[in-house]
Amino acid sequence: MSIDRDTAAKVAKLARIKVEEDRLDALAQEFNAVLGFIEQLNEVDVDGVEPMVSVEPMRLKRREDKVTDGGMQDKILSNAPDAREGFFAVPKVVE
Amino acid sequence: MAELNGMTIAAARDALRKGDVTSVELTEACLTAVEGAGALNAFVHHTPEIARAQAAAADARIKAGDAPAMCGIPLGIKDLFCTKGVPSQAASRILEGFKPEYESTVSGKLFDAGAVMLGKLNMDEFAMGSSNETSVYGNAVNPWRRGNDEAALTPGGSSGGSASAVAADLCLAATGTDTGGSIRQPAAFTGITGIKPTYGRCSRWGIVAFASSLDQAGPMTKDVRDAAIMLSAMCGHDPKDSTSADIPVPDFEAMLTGDIKGKKIGIPKEYRMDGMPDEIESLWQDGIAMMRDAGAEIVDISLPHTKYALPAYYVIAPAEASSNLARYDGVRYGHRAKLSHGDGITEMYEKTRAEGFGHEVQRRVMVGTYVLSAGFYDAYYNRARRVRTLIKKDFEDVFAQGIDAILTPATPSAAFGLGEMSDADPVAMYLNDVFTVTVNLAGLPGVAVPAGLDKQGLPLGLQLIGRPWEEGDLLNCAYALEQAAGFVAKPGKWW
Repeated sequence: MSIDRDTAAKVAKLARIKVEEDRLDALAQEFNAVLGFIEQLNEVDVDGVEPMVSVEPMRLKRREDKVTDGGMQDKILSNAPDAREGFFAVPKVVE
Repeated sequence: MAELNGMTIAAARDALRKGDVTSVELTEACLTAVEGAGALNAFVHHTPEIARAQAAAADARIKAGDAPAMCGIPLGIKDLFCTKGVPSQAASRILEGFKPEYESTVSGKLFDAGAVMLGKLNMDEFAMGSSNETSVYGNAVNPWRRGNDEAALTPGGSSGGSASAVAADLCLAATGTDTGGSIRQPAAFTGITGIKPTYGRCSRWGIVAFASSLDQAGPMTKDVRDAAIMLSAMCGHDPKDSTSADIPVPDFEAMLTGDIKGKKIGIPKEYRMDGMPDEIESLWQDGIAMMRDAGAEIVDISLPHTKYALPAYYVIAPAEASSNLARYDGVRYGHRAKLSHGDGITEMYEKTRAEGFGHEVQRRVMVGTYVLSAGFYDAYYNRARRVRTLIKKDFEDVFAQGIDAILTPATPSAAFGLGEMSDADPVAMYLNDVFTVTVNLAGLPGVAVPAGLDKQGLPLGLQLIGRPWEEGDLLNCAYALEQAAGFVAKPGKWW
């Protein structure tokens, strides 16, 4: 499986990373180097093997379903690049 | 007494309790050492005011007689840990200006125990790298050099600043994190000790996430005893991290007897790699002889899926990273790109992430996006998770045969020159983690111990891998190895 320029552009779009047109060929090549390395996994017989979900068998702890934290709007917003009137501000989303 | 900043945690603890030294004195010695070590670029955010206040409080606590082992000990904290009110940016431009409103559980536990924070330490961006060359702060530099050659060497990565700072005696110890070898490889490159505990030993809460099923915090220290002391202070269940284990944390230091008679040490044949330098092979053989002389039984073992660990890692880790790093969108914290007229929210995301993430991080996020995308999820991601199951089973099988610990080289080479790998393809850099990454995939504890010097005078390390949750036993094996190896070399001061 070889990645071409169009696939590289599509992946960049999915990842929401702007990649300039003139970088796409090089990027596709880098993907191919990494994916070529990953292809080795096809040599392994994985029939009947379960995909790992949790590395150490552990039952997740449960707790009562109640609010344990909150009421800190100012702290939540304190690192925002643009916060106004108690909200995160972003460019217009809906026309 | 040696210079105060050159002390071990154990020696400093004992001297503090006896009243031979104060935490303020220790802290001032370290701050002076940090000031004079700009050339190493290990400390990237300095917090002398916090350090002095914490040291004074620690001295009062020690005087009152209620002082845990870490009380008054000056540390460096990897930039991946969120520290309240102090820049914490994972060495990334995208977190420029970010000052957390909260403290990571692990750093919080250390400070609650009285430890002193000197500042934040350099690292690879988002812990993605093996040479500390992907950092927005620039390279951290290894205090070790090849003889009289002035070429700057990498301290390894991703915890490169931590390794450099501890090796150069800028602090008594440092925190690190390890996703594929990021504690053990830099420890080996700088002649210090570093342990990655069992997955779940340390809370991941407040540590900037890279690959959540692999990430673990651990100590980077001057010797094995210090690793035991500091690890005990870092571990423990945290309700804020559901994957942190609710099991008792032993006093690891108390388990250091140095007696490993009758222990079965496994030597995996798959770790003998083609093209491995003779010096690494002979170091490994020396280590085997040391363990045998200490009374351990040496057993040849096989971990048949070893060669598939790195490719599996380079599916799983980028996949998790692409998901974890989706949060850096220019909305809630850190960098936001300047927008052009007419740009909407998608352009904001795309420009912000293009400006904020470095090249290696972008590449991994996109590889992760690809292997998780519709049509490839099964072929890549699910297959890698199946291979991961087999890698873990390899270890379970040898432990079931009675193996107590596994001895391997820590790295396939000594520290290399900064910039030397810049033209190599990314896979060549990934090979640095070939001996360490299996341990993360299997969730096991692993420790790197300095064991010798190569022909050029650079440190080399060996790795011991233990059974899950048996860090105490593992550290005791490491302690026996440390005593036998007698590694005491220090880098000559040039900075």
